[in-house]
Amino acid sequence: MSRDRREEEVRRMLDAGLGPLPADLADRAVERGGRRLRRQRQLRMVCWTLVLAAAVSFAVWAALVEPWQVPPTETTPDIYGW
Amino acid sequence: MRERQIERHPRHPRDFEAFVAGAGGRLLHVATLLTAEHPGHAPAAEDVLVTALSRTYARWDRMRGEDPYDHTRRELAEHIARHVWRFRRPRGGLLGRLPPQERLVLVLRSYEGVAVEQVAAVLGLTGERVETLYSHAVATMRSRPAVAAGRRLEGAR
Repeated sequence: MSRDRREEEVRRMLDAGLGPLPADLADRAVERGGRRLRRQRQLRMVCWTLVLAAAVSFAVWAALVEPWQVPPTETTPDIYGW
Repeated sequence: MRERQIERHPRHPRDFEAFVAGAGGRLLHVATLLTAEHPGHAPAAEDVLVTALSRTYARWDRMRGEDPYDHTRRELAEHIARHVWRFRRPRGGLLGRLPPQERLVLVLRSYEGVAVEQVAAVLGLTGERVETLYSHAVATMRSRPAVAAGRRLEGAR
Protein backbone atom coordinates (compact mmCIF):
# COMPACT_ATOMS: atom_id res chain seq x y z
CA MET A 1 0.00 0.00 0.00
CA SER A 2 1.37 3.42 -0.90
CA ARG A 3 2.37 5.98 1.70
CA ASP A 4 -0.45 8.33 0.58
CA ARG A 5 -3.08 5.61 1.04
CA ARG A 6 -1.77 4.73 4.48
CA GLU A 7 -1.90 8.39 5.50
CA GLU A 8 -5.40 8.76 4.06
CA GLU A 9 -6.57 5.77 6.08
CA VAL A 10 -5.33 7.35 9.34
CA ARG A 11 -6.82 10.73 8.35
CA ARG A 12 -10.23 9.11 8.01
CA MET A 13 -9.84 7.60 11.49
CA LEU A 14 -9.20 11.09 12.90
CA ASP A 15 -12.31 12.51 11.21
CA ALA A 16 -14.67 10.27 13.15
CA GLY A 17 -16.43 11.08 16.41
CA LEU A 18 -17.10 14.80 16.70
CA GLY A 19 -18.48 15.42 20.20
CA PRO A 20 -21.12 18.04 21.08
CA LEU A 21 -19.93 21.60 21.74
CA PRO A 22 -20.66 22.75 25.32
CA ALA A 23 -22.94 25.80 25.26
CA ASP A 24 -20.91 27.80 27.79
CA LEU A 25 -17.53 27.41 26.04
CA ALA A 26 -17.47 30.96 24.63
CA ASP A 27 -18.62 32.46 27.96
CA ARG A 28 -15.89 30.65 29.88
CA ALA A 29 -13.29 31.82 27.36
CA VAL A 30 -14.59 35.42 27.51
CA GLU A 31 -14.48 35.36 31.32
CA ARG A 32 -10.94 33.95 31.48
CA GLY A 33 -9.76 36.14 28.59
CA GLY A 34 -11.27 39.23 30.26
CA ARG A 35 -9.37 38.44 33.45
CA ARG A 36 -6.18 38.03 31.41
CA LEU A 37 -6.80 41.40 29.69
CA ARG A 38 -7.38 43.17 33.02
CA ARG A 39 -4.17 41.68 34.42
CA GLN A 40 -2.23 42.82 31.34
CA ARG A 41 -3.69 46.33 31.67
CA GLN A 42 -2.84 46.49 35.38
CA LEU A 43 0.72 45.37 34.66
CA ARG A 44 1.05 48.00 31.92
CA MET A 45 -0.30 50.66 34.33
CA VAL A 46 2.27 49.68 36.99
CA CYS A 47 5.07 49.83 34.39
CA TRP A 48 4.01 53.28 33.15
CA THR A 49 3.66 54.55 36.73
CA LEU A 50 7.21 53.39 37.47
CA VAL A 51 8.54 55.04 34.28
CA LEU A 52 6.70 58.27 35.16
CA ALA A 53 7.98 58.22 38.76
CA ALA A 54 11.53 57.69 37.51
CA ALA A 55 11.21 60.57 35.03
CA VAL A 56 9.80 62.94 37.68
CA SER A 57 12.48 62.09 40.24
CA PHE A 58 15.19 62.57 37.61
CA ALA A 59 13.75 65.97 36.68
CA VAL A 60 13.61 67.06 40.35
CA TRP A 61 17.18 65.86 40.98
CA ALA A 62 18.43 67.59 37.83
CA ALA A 63 16.69 70.86 38.76
CA LEU A 64 18.24 70.80 42.26
CA VAL A 65 21.78 69.66 41.39
CA GLU A 66 22.05 71.27 37.94
CA PRO A 67 24.72 68.81 36.78
CA TRP A 68 25.21 70.70 33.50
CA GLN A 69 26.80 73.71 35.32
CA VAL A 70 30.59 73.82 34.91
CA PRO A 71 32.12 73.60 38.41
CA PRO A 72 34.24 76.66 39.45
CA THR A 73 37.90 76.16 38.56
CA GLU A 74 40.08 75.31 41.48
CA THR A 75 43.48 76.20 39.93
CA THR A 76 44.50 79.58 38.62
CA PRO A 77 45.61 79.48 34.99
CA ASP A 78 49.32 80.19 34.28
CA ILE A 79 50.03 83.79 33.40
CA TYR A 80 52.21 84.42 30.36
CA GLY A 81 53.57 87.58 28.71
CA TRP A 82 55.19 89.32 31.70
CA MET B 1 -12.27 56.96 5.88
CA ARG B 2 -14.75 54.36 6.97
CA GLU B 3 -12.67 51.59 5.41
CA ARG B 4 -9.62 52.78 7.26
CA GLN B 5 -11.50 52.64 10.56
CA ILE B 6 -12.54 49.06 9.87
CA GLU B 7 -8.93 48.24 9.12
CA ARG B 8 -7.76 49.74 12.39
CA HIS B 9 -10.42 47.90 14.42
CA PRO B 10 -10.75 44.70 12.44
CA ARG B 11 -12.67 42.62 14.97
CA HIS B 12 -15.56 43.49 17.21
CA PRO B 13 -15.67 41.69 20.59
CA ARG B 14 -19.13 40.36 19.74
CA ASP B 15 -17.59 38.56 16.73
CA PHE B 16 -15.70 36.37 19.18
CA GLU B 17 -18.86 34.50 20.12
CA ALA B 18 -19.66 33.93 16.45
CA PHE B 19 -16.11 32.64 15.94
CA VAL B 20 -16.45 30.16 18.83
CA ALA B 21 -19.86 29.03 17.60
CA GLY B 22 -18.41 28.39 14.14
CA ALA B 23 -14.96 26.97 14.88
CA GLY B 24 -15.46 25.63 18.42
CA GLY B 25 -16.64 22.18 17.34
CA ARG B 26 -13.61 21.50 15.17
CA LEU B 27 -11.21 22.96 17.74
CA LEU B 28 -12.76 20.82 20.47
CA HIS B 29 -12.33 17.77 18.26
CA VAL B 30 -8.64 18.66 17.79
CA ALA B 31 -8.23 19.17 21.54
CA THR B 32 -9.99 15.87 22.30
CA LEU B 33 -7.70 14.01 19.90
CA LEU B 34 -4.67 15.63 21.54
CA THR B 35 -5.70 14.80 25.12
CA ALA B 36 -6.82 11.30 23.97
CA GLU B 37 -10.21 11.53 25.70
CA HIS B 38 -13.64 10.20 24.76
CA PRO B 39 -15.45 12.65 22.43
CA GLY B 40 -18.52 12.75 24.68
CA HIS B 41 -16.63 13.39 27.92
CA ALA B 42 -13.45 15.44 27.54
CA PRO B 43 -12.94 17.77 30.52
CA ALA B 44 -9.17 18.16 29.94
CA ALA B 45 -9.67 18.99 26.26
CA GLU B 46 -12.36 21.56 27.16
CA ASP B 47 -10.07 23.15 29.72
CA VAL B 48 -7.14 23.37 27.30
CA LEU B 49 -9.43 24.79 24.61
CA VAL B 50 -10.93 27.41 26.96
CA THR B 51 -7.39 28.49 27.90
CA ALA B 52 -6.38 28.77 24.22
CA LEU B 53 -9.61 30.63 23.36
CA SER B 54 -9.13 33.02 26.30
CA ARG B 55 -5.71 33.94 24.90
CA THR B 56 -7.27 34.55 21.49
CA TYR B 57 -9.97 36.70 23.17
CA ALA B 58 -7.32 38.75 24.99
CA ARG B 59 -5.66 39.49 21.62
CA TRP B 60 -8.94 39.88 19.75
CA ASP B 61 -8.79 43.58 18.83
CA ARG B 62 -5.04 43.49 18.17
CA MET B 63 -5.24 40.54 15.75
CA ARG B 64 -5.00 42.57 12.51
CA GLY B 65 -4.55 40.09 9.65
CA GLU B 66 -3.99 37.00 11.81
CA ASP B 67 -6.50 34.17 11.54
CA PRO B 68 -8.13 33.54 14.95
CA TYR B 69 -8.50 29.82 14.14
CA ASP B 70 -4.76 29.44 13.44
CA HIS B 71 -3.93 31.46 16.53
CA THR B 72 -6.13 29.33 18.80
CA ARG B 73 -4.81 26.10 17.30
CA ARG B 74 -1.23 27.24 17.86
CA GLU B 75 -2.00 28.19 21.49
CA LEU B 76 -3.63 24.79 21.96
CA ALA B 77 -0.66 22.87 20.52
CA GLU B 78 1.91 24.94 22.40
CA HIS B 79 0.06 24.46 25.69
CA ILE B 80 0.03 20.68 25.28
CA ALA B 81 3.66 20.62 24.09
CA ARG B 82 4.68 22.62 27.19
CA HIS B 83 2.77 20.31 29.57
CA VAL B 84 3.43 16.96 27.87
CA TRP B 85 3.73 15.11 31.21
CA ARG B 86 0.13 16.02 32.08
CA PHE B 87 -1.24 14.35 28.95
CA ARG B 88 0.92 11.24 28.90
CA ARG B 89 -1.74 9.01 30.48
CA PRO B 90 -4.20 7.63 27.89
CA ARG B 91 -7.84 8.46 28.72
CA GLY B 92 -9.63 6.07 26.43
CA GLY B 93 -9.59 8.22 23.29
CA LEU B 94 -8.63 7.25 19.75
CA LEU B 95 -4.97 8.30 20.03
CA GLY B 96 -4.41 6.90 23.54
CA ARG B 97 -1.81 4.50 22.17
CA LEU B 98 0.44 7.37 21.03
CA PRO B 99 2.65 9.53 23.26
CA PRO B 100 1.50 13.20 23.38
CA GLN B 101 4.19 14.46 21.01
CA GLU B 102 3.20 11.93 18.33
CA ARG B 103 -0.46 12.87 18.83
CA LEU B 104 0.48 16.51 18.23
CA VAL B 105 2.44 15.76 15.08
CA LEU B 106 -0.22 13.40 13.70
CA VAL B 107 -3.18 15.72 14.37
CA LEU B 108 -1.46 18.87 13.12
CA ARG B 109 -0.02 17.22 10.02
CA SER B 110 -2.82 14.87 9.08
CA TYR B 111 -6.10 16.27 10.42
CA GLU B 112 -5.23 19.95 10.27
CA GLY B 113 -2.91 19.81 7.24
CA VAL B 114 -0.24 22.04 8.79
CA ALA B 115 3.10 22.09 6.91
CA VAL B 116 6.05 20.18 8.40
CA GLU B 117 8.07 23.37 8.95
CA GLN B 118 5.21 25.00 10.87
CA VAL B 119 4.68 21.91 13.04
CA ALA B 120 8.42 21.87 13.73
CA ALA B 121 8.36 25.56 14.69
CA VAL B 122 5.39 25.18 17.05
CA LEU B 123 6.85 22.12 18.80
CA GLY B 124 10.46 23.31 18.77
CA LEU B 125 11.68 20.26 16.82
CA THR B 126 13.58 19.79 13.56
CA GLY B 127 11.70 18.96 10.35
CA GLU B 128 13.30 15.51 10.23
CA ARG B 129 12.19 14.73 13.78
CA VAL B 130 8.62 15.72 12.86
CA GLU B 131 8.73 13.41 9.83
CA THR B 132 10.03 10.53 11.97
CA LEU B 133 7.36 11.04 14.65
CA TYR B 134 4.70 11.29 11.96
CA SER B 135 5.70 8.05 10.21
CA HIS B 136 5.87 6.28 13.54
CA ALA B 137 2.42 7.57 14.54
CA VAL B 138 0.87 6.50 11.21
CA ALA B 139 2.42 3.03 11.54
CA THR B 140 1.17 2.64 15.14
CA MET B 141 -2.35 3.76 14.25
CA ARG B 142 -2.56 1.29 11.35
CA SER B 143 -1.39 -1.66 13.42
CA ARG B 144 -3.94 -3.57 15.50
CA PRO B 145 -4.12 -2.51 19.19
CA ALA B 146 -2.86 -5.89 20.50
CA VAL B 147 0.10 -5.87 18.12
CA ALA B 148 0.94 -2.29 19.06
CA ALA B 149 0.73 -3.08 22.77
CA GLY B 150 3.02 -6.09 22.27
CA ARG B 151 5.50 -3.97 20.38
CA ARG B 152 5.48 -1.38 23.12
CA LEU B 153 6.12 -4.05 25.76
CA GLU B 154 9.01 -5.37 23.70
CA GLY B 155 10.38 -1.88 23.37
CA ALA B 156 10.13 -1.30 27.11
CA ARG B 157 12.09 -4.43 27.92
